[in-house]
Amino acid sequence: MLDTFFQMFEYDFMLRAIIVGVLVALCSALLGVTLVLKRYSMIGDGLSHVGFGALCIALAMNLAPLTVSVPVVIIAAFLLLQISENSKIKGDAAIALISSTALALGVIITSTTTGINSDVNGYMFGSILAMSDADVVVSIVLSVAVLVLYVVFYNKIFAVTFDESFARATGTKTKMYNTLVSLLTSITIVIGMRIMGAMLISSLVIFPALTSMRVCRSFRKVTVTSAVVSIICFFVGLFVSFAYSLPAGASVVAVNAVVFLLFSIVGIIKRKTS
Amino acid sequence: MSIISCKNVYMNYDSTKAVENVSFDVEKGDFLCVIGENGTGKSTLLKGILGLQKLNSGTIVFSGIKQGEIGYLPQRTVVQKDFPASVWEVVLSGRQTKGFRLFYTPEDRKIARKNISLMGIDDIKNKPFNELSGGQQQRVLLARALCATQKVLLLDEPTTGLDPFVTAELYKLIASLNRDHGVTVIMVTHDIKNSLEYATKILSMEHDGDFFGTTEEYMKTPAAKLIFGGDADA
Repeated sequence: MLDTFFQMFEYDFMLRAIIVGVLVALCSALLGVTLVLKRYSMIGDGLSHVGFGALCIALAMNLAPLTVSVPVVIIAAFLLLQISENSKIKGDAAIALISSTALALGVIITSTTTGINSDVNGYMFGSILAMSDADVVVSIVLSVAVLVLYVVFYNKIFAVTFDESFARATGTKTKMYNTLVSLLTSITIVIGMRIMGAMLISSLVIFPALTSMRVCRSFRKVTVTSAVVSIICFFVGLFVSFAYSLPAGASVVAVNAVVFLLFSIVGIIKRKTS
Repeated sequence: MSIISCKNVYMNYDSTKAVENVSFDVEKGDFLCVIGENGTGKSTLLKGILGLQKLNSGTIVFSGIKQGEIGYLPQRTVVQKDFPASVWEVVLSGRQTKGFRLFYTPEDRKIARKNISLMGIDDIKNKPFNELSGGQQQRVLLARALCATQKVLLLDEPTTGLDPFVTAELYKLIASLNRDHGVTVIMVTHDIKNSLEYATKILSMEHDGDFFGTTEEYMKTPAAKLIFGGDADA
């Protein structure tokens, strides 16, 4: 068992996946707390489908995946925010519209060009081999930017998430912070979906926040616990996938689901005894 | 000398007229109650005062305070029902207002502690906000609003869903802020009988024209006589 564990670090592709994965797990866990509390859980799902469409276009046109999908997903995030604020179509419905349209577009483009090959399959369900060295550099830079911005604006993000009207009334530019959160989310989703897959990346946003909320009762504790839980789950998931030759993304989601159940039980016991 | 002066304000709610030609003045130390039936534009007017929604026409002039210096007690939201946050975190977030700050300063913490004591909620400082009773939650939100300003408080139906005892206590607390600490209070409420006890001025928003004046003047209006059964001294 221990041998297998250390073997994991001997492969370059595994190292790349671990570095990027841990960073993404951290970023998505932090952002997830805000998104889940603001009832925007599905935004990760919607954006990842848009990301899938963008990746298919990049593949068909032989362009670098990240340089195409990052701007496209950011634009989609802005659109979603705008639509859910200003129009009669509510947030969740808007996400469903945009995500299924993007998915359809991706499938159409793929079927007329490359067909559903292993690349496309990798976009859907993630691939541990997906990251090139250049991707790793871009991913590290972007994730570090997400982390720094989150820490710098932590208190503002709390204020805006907890009570947007109060924050706005007392002079906080809430729109700017909402935009910031969706910008950071877009970047995290695009980086993460390479490993986790478009279909599974949203779990990285939702699970850690919900898991920690089973047990923790303050915002700070929830945030820190989410981050820790997310990293541990990613690591364990990746190891399970390596040891038993299972798909990486699916394994990480499965581990997250198990930990969620464990925390739920702990939460119930805690409430009964207190 | 009025600190907030509204003149001929018109505002829309979902593209229908909600606030029509409303004028009133708030002076330092006033306790203004905004009353009226549902759908008379009370909440919309409040958004106008806070700068959350644009006016269609008319003006709201502030002197001695800025628009962002109003301590706001919003109605509680659905989001807050399962929001993991401690009382301390919520109160301290009231300091997160004037411009950007990376971390809270010792001064911020001092002010937060002071307002927690003022609201008598020291013993629940570390409790989760969403597990408190309605009355306790309102005290926490009041403490947060006081962290944002000591000058003007704007309360949006603060006693909704509270039982009569808790309501009475909350009114006393707000009245003492107004009387003993010189905080100007603007309160939107349905609870006319209770609010008249403390209010110095009344803005009554009705479908067929508004009333604005002192509480004594309001008691002489037909509407007040209707509510209090003709006994204007109730």
